[in-house]
Amino acid sequence: MKIVLQNLTKRFPSRGKGNREDVVAVKDFSFEIPDGKLIGLLGPSGCGKSTTLNLLCGLQKPTSGRIFFGEDDVTDLPAEKRGVGFVFQSYALYPHLTVLQNILFPLENLKGKDKLSKEVMREKACEAARLVQIDELLDRKPSELSGGQQQRVAIARALVKMPRVLLLDEPLSNLDARLRLQTREEIRRIQRETKITTVFVTHDQEEAMSISDMIVVMKSGVIQQIGKPQEVYDNPVNLFVARFLGTPPINVFSGRIDGGRLMIGEDTVLDVPGTESQDVWIGVRPEGFVPNENGPLHCDFSGIEVMGRDISVVSTHRCCENAAIRAIISADSKVNTQDQTVRFSLKPGKVFVFDKETEARIPLEQA
Amino acid sequence: MEKQSAKGWLYLLPAILFLGVFMVYPLIDVFIYSFEEGYNSASQTYYGVGLYNYSYVLRDPYFLQALKNTFILVIVTVPLSTGFALLISVALSSIRPLRNLYQTIYFLPYVTNTLAVGLVFMILFKKTPYSDGLANLVISWFGGEAIDFIDGPYWAKMFVLCLYTIWVVMPFKILILTSALASVDETYYNAARVDGTSKWRTFIRITLPMISPTVFYLIITGFIGAFKAYSDAVALFGTDLNAAGMNTIVGYVYDMLYGNSGGYPSYASAAAIILFTVVLTITCVNLLVSKKHVHYS
Repeated sequence: MKIVLQNLTKRFPSRGKGNREDVVAVKDFSFEIPDGKLIGLLGPSGCGKSTTLNLLCGLQKPTSGRIFFGEDDVTDLPAEKRGVGFVFQSYALYPHLTVLQNILFPLENLKGKDKLSKEVMREKACEAARLVQIDELLDRKPSELSGGQQQRVAIARALVKMPRVLLLDEPLSNLDARLRLQTREEIRRIQRETKITTVFVTHDQEEAMSISDMIVVMKSGVIQQIGKPQEVYDNPVNLFVARFLGTPPINVFSGRIDGGRLMIGEDTVLDVPGTESQDVWIGVRPEGFVPNENGPLHCDFSGIEVMGRDISVVSTHRCCENAAIRAIISADSKVNTQDQTVRFSLKPGKVFVFDKETEARIPLEQA
Repeated sequence: MEKQSAKGWLYLLPAILFLGVFMVYPLIDVFIYSFEEGYNSASQTYYGVGLYNYSYVLRDPYFLQALKNTFILVIVTVPLSTGFALLISVALSSIRPLRNLYQTIYFLPYVTNTLAVGLVFMILFKKTPYSDGLANLVISWFGGEAIDFIDGPYWAKMFVLCLYTIWVVMPFKILILTSALASVDETYYNAARVDGTSKWRTFIRITLPMISPTVFYLIITGFIGAFKAYSDAVALFGTDLNAAGMNTIVGYVYDMLYGNSGGYPSYASAAAIILFTVVLTITCVNLLVSKKHVHYS
């Protein structure tokens, strides 16, 4: 089931008195989610990603625009009739019902010709429980489960009615770091097995990058970029996207292009012939630094953080917007830190240049 | 350790003293009086010890009438008042405009004096040489015959008493239930909606279990309150409840102590102990039943 959003907009009326403007939570969204894919909606708090999810499941009505599931226009269909599965951030498991009763709940709602016999319902519930590997916990109450188990029950409950679309709202935010890693693999596996078109919301870029087929980066209700995670990472359209993706974050310098040379302070870091001279933002991914005794970029050395496989060289530069520059290099490379200065050359593919005003990406013609 | 527990007892002392003097001692005293025949509180004398007081009270037609009245009152008003309160609370929580106004209106009887409310009911239901009362006016519109609700047939008086009791106890229940309803997390309703749950099923399967501890609390206190009813009947039918045939058990106890037929603390004690036993039994039954149907989170 592909999902199509057409010029979707959601405004919330302003509450206060006076001429406060409406809050536009979602602004003119148009995109198509291909059938059977896992999509990550990614953005900082308040960017409208949860609102988008609520619009998709019908808990909120869009101010304008249309939503299609396959060929069906579902814009005016209430949540009850859309046939979506929703996993809430808090899981919303009914505390007074057992795991089995929770999973059965959506099936028991079916009426008329869709009505199922008790045996069939039980069978389906057990099947869903097996899929998320909780079939041994069916008689427990949600309060007797761990966070990860509750999360699985919530997924099983959302999947049991074979929804056309599965929506997950911050599915991993209540789990600890290790469980989060394990559960996101699990979500990926379940999605592959069921082939249900899935949209999930997260503010954690690592989470989104690791399991999504496609990510949608949002800011203040506006889509910034849509694409495969690696493509978006390698090719951000603006400074916001570049900053939002990647850990450690991208290092941003205030620099300029002067006669075909890309300058940070007094250092010419790259040759960029044919690009107009102007002030720019320069973003350098942590893995874009190569320690080089004769490298063009001079930074003030602060220290080294050992992270096992890699080491992170921490330094500062007066033109850098970040508090510290982090360069990730492999543990066996040599770093010369004489005179408290470390010199780098930069990998051209890991350097992005953005307009100083609009923060849009400026394409470079590399020498 | 010794010192610690001594300190603990010291802190508990005020409460223990208070409860002991005003609760435990009188209770034991009442229990003893109920077995002492013809106890006289002035001379502190009695004739003998035995079950005579109980057998007298249980054969007293006034007591049997009071017992019957009390049971009818309990059985009618507890389910009805709780049910209506639930209905109104659910309605209140599903409307936005004017909610506060309605909440205030529904809460008014709670802050109004019982006797004042009784007076209003008199106006509604009492038949006087000048008027038949508002209720009879309405009945006559539909071609019915005027009924004297205050001095007339038993069922009419009982109807007024039940109506009055329900009306008086409902505000408190509505108040408690609306706050219980408000405390149910919205996400559960959203989850139910996404799963295509009908409104009715959402209420039965989700809302009701979620607020079941509150409902249960209201039922228990409702039972106890209704068993202890007295002032409501006085407000409607005056102090001579035996003559009106509308006495309650607590009214009977009071009459035995201070009423026209007063001066019989032994009978009063026996009646009080019977009431205590009944309330205790019903509360225990309630607790047992609730184990299965009440969900504490």
